[in-house]
Amino acid sequence: MKILVYVRQVPDAEATIAIANGAVSLDGAKLVLDTMDEYGLEEALRFRDAGAPAEIVAVAVGLARNEEALRSALAMGADRAIHVESDAALDPIALSSVVAELARKEEATLIFCGGRQADWDSDALGAAVAERLGWPQLTWTNHLELGGDQLTGRHDVDDGNESFTVPLPAVVTTQQGLNDPRYATLPNIMKAKKKELRKESLATFGVQAAVKTVSAEMQTRARLHKILQGKDDPAGAAAQLVEMLRTEAKVIA
Amino acid sequence: MILIVAEHANGKLSKSTAEMVTAARGAGVEGPVTILVLGAGIAAIAAEASLLAEQVLVVDSAKLAQYSPETWAAAIAFVAAEGEAKLVLIGGSRSGREYSPRVAVKLNAPLLEDVIQLKQDGSATRAQRYTYLARVTETVEASAPLVVVSVKPGIFAVTPPAAEAAEQFDVEVELPELRVQVTGKTKSQSARIALAEADIIISGGRGVGSPEGFAALVEGLADKLGAAVGATRVVVDAGWRPYAEQVGQTGKTVQPKVYIAIGISGAVQHLSGMNKAKTIVAINRDADAPIFQVADYGIVGDMQQIVPEMIRLVSKPG
Repeated sequence: MKILVYVRQVPDAEATIAIANGAVSLDGAKLVLDTMDEYGLEEALRFRDAGAPAEIVAVAVGLARNEEALRSALAMGADRAIHVESDAALDPIALSSVVAELARKEEATLIFCGGRQADWDSDALGAAVAERLGWPQLTWTNHLELGGDQLTGRHDVDDGNESFTVPLPAVVTTQQGLNDPRYATLPNIMKAKKKELRKESLATFGVQAAVKTVSAEMQTRARLHKILQGKDDPAGAAAQLVEMLRTEAKVIA
Repeated sequence: MILIVAEHANGKLSKSTAEMVTAARGAGVEGPVTILVLGAGIAAIAAEASLLAEQVLVVDSAKLAQYSPETWAAAIAFVAAEGEAKLVLIGGSRSGREYSPRVAVKLNAPLLEDVIQLKQDGSATRAQRYTYLARVTETVEASAPLVVVSVKPGIFAVTPPAAEAAEQFDVEVELPELRVQVTGKTKSQSARIALAEADIIISGGRGVGSPEGFAALVEGLADKLGAAVGATRVVVDAGWRPYAEQVGQTGKTVQPKVYIAIGISGAVQHLSGMNKAKTIVAINRDADAPIFQVADYGIVGDMQQIVPEMIRLVSKPG
């Protein structure tokens, strides 16, 4: 079987981001493989470690920086990588047709996507890819087991969680808690340099963005910062806080 | 028409549906506001919806008794195409955000995801949404005859019910067979108000020390204030609290009137789920905790002493 793992290079959660000319600027920001994508890759690697005859293909679409995400994926253990390189900013719905097309070409039967992208805060890619392929989807999974061509597991839904069984092919999206992704070891990082990283041109996919970003601004809400010292007189500080919440902020009765 | 997909739970219309009506009416798109109710045995929900819109479409089918993104998307895309909808609004809940991309693909329409503002601007549909772990607000636009939008809960005002009920129409839809077999379900059981609907949220982090500490301090204060309970990922991963209470990047995003964070240091991933609260209150031992940087009010000190005193004080009228 072939497993496709979609990966992206995004700002680290602690990275400083700035706005320049009405758009987000990542100049100087520390960029990493999206941890949401790492969970998917780790899960695929675990299936293979457990004996599943799986070839794991890491896939990225977009800016040159995503090559780093593919290198990280190869170093963690992916067999090879495909980078559809482009400067175009594709929204997840447009992007999904590229990923679906790659899945068809590769004859993949399982696709992992991150549950929520750390840069565009989007959940849409996995579901959109599933729809384009006519496959079922399981989003926000936190436990998975592969048995032949059947996937069982557990995932979160609106009001709790569900256990499920689904025959492959399927698209799966991840979340924190699914697993603990491994670190790439030095020998594996060296080995990864020899693995195939194929470049493809977005032009061959004939896709155009349907959503464009007009402007961006940092979301800073001015906060009051009325912080009391409660070390010496905790009861007094508690009383003062309750009073402020009642009469000043008027948020409690 | 503008098609709104009703969100409902436990036989009742969710608040998010009335919020979407406000978003629809403010969008400047012509056509009747239409609510689509999907499910099995949903007459009471449809009746509630009929007080909010110009018309209500009902697909009441045993095949919809169990939610699935595939059946939901099929029904919505069919109705939107038949009704020549210009705008399809879907709730920004976990389920809404997983079936809305399918609807967009089926209708060959762009998707504006998790929006906090929505306005037709000439031929473009313009929206605002949070990005980069909710640290940035981006304005995005799509130009298409039909646009699919998921609407972030807790942002738009709730449209109050009208005195007169709009007409209801039953719709027959061909639905696909389910491929995902649900073999078990754990419902988060809580007598408390849901996180997404709460005006007040009391949330606890590792600093509360133990599951018992969480119950005494966080639940104790929540019960006195009629508040919802939230938790950080660390607390959920440790098994102290159910996942349904997790606030943050991988949990829920909330925007209450007041968010009281007890023993929460304020990791970026947590802040991205609550930093839009109107008022943020932090109680933490560590004066350098990042949570204080986003707090309106707070106390640096021992929560084991401070919170019980707060519980005592709010128990009596001010």
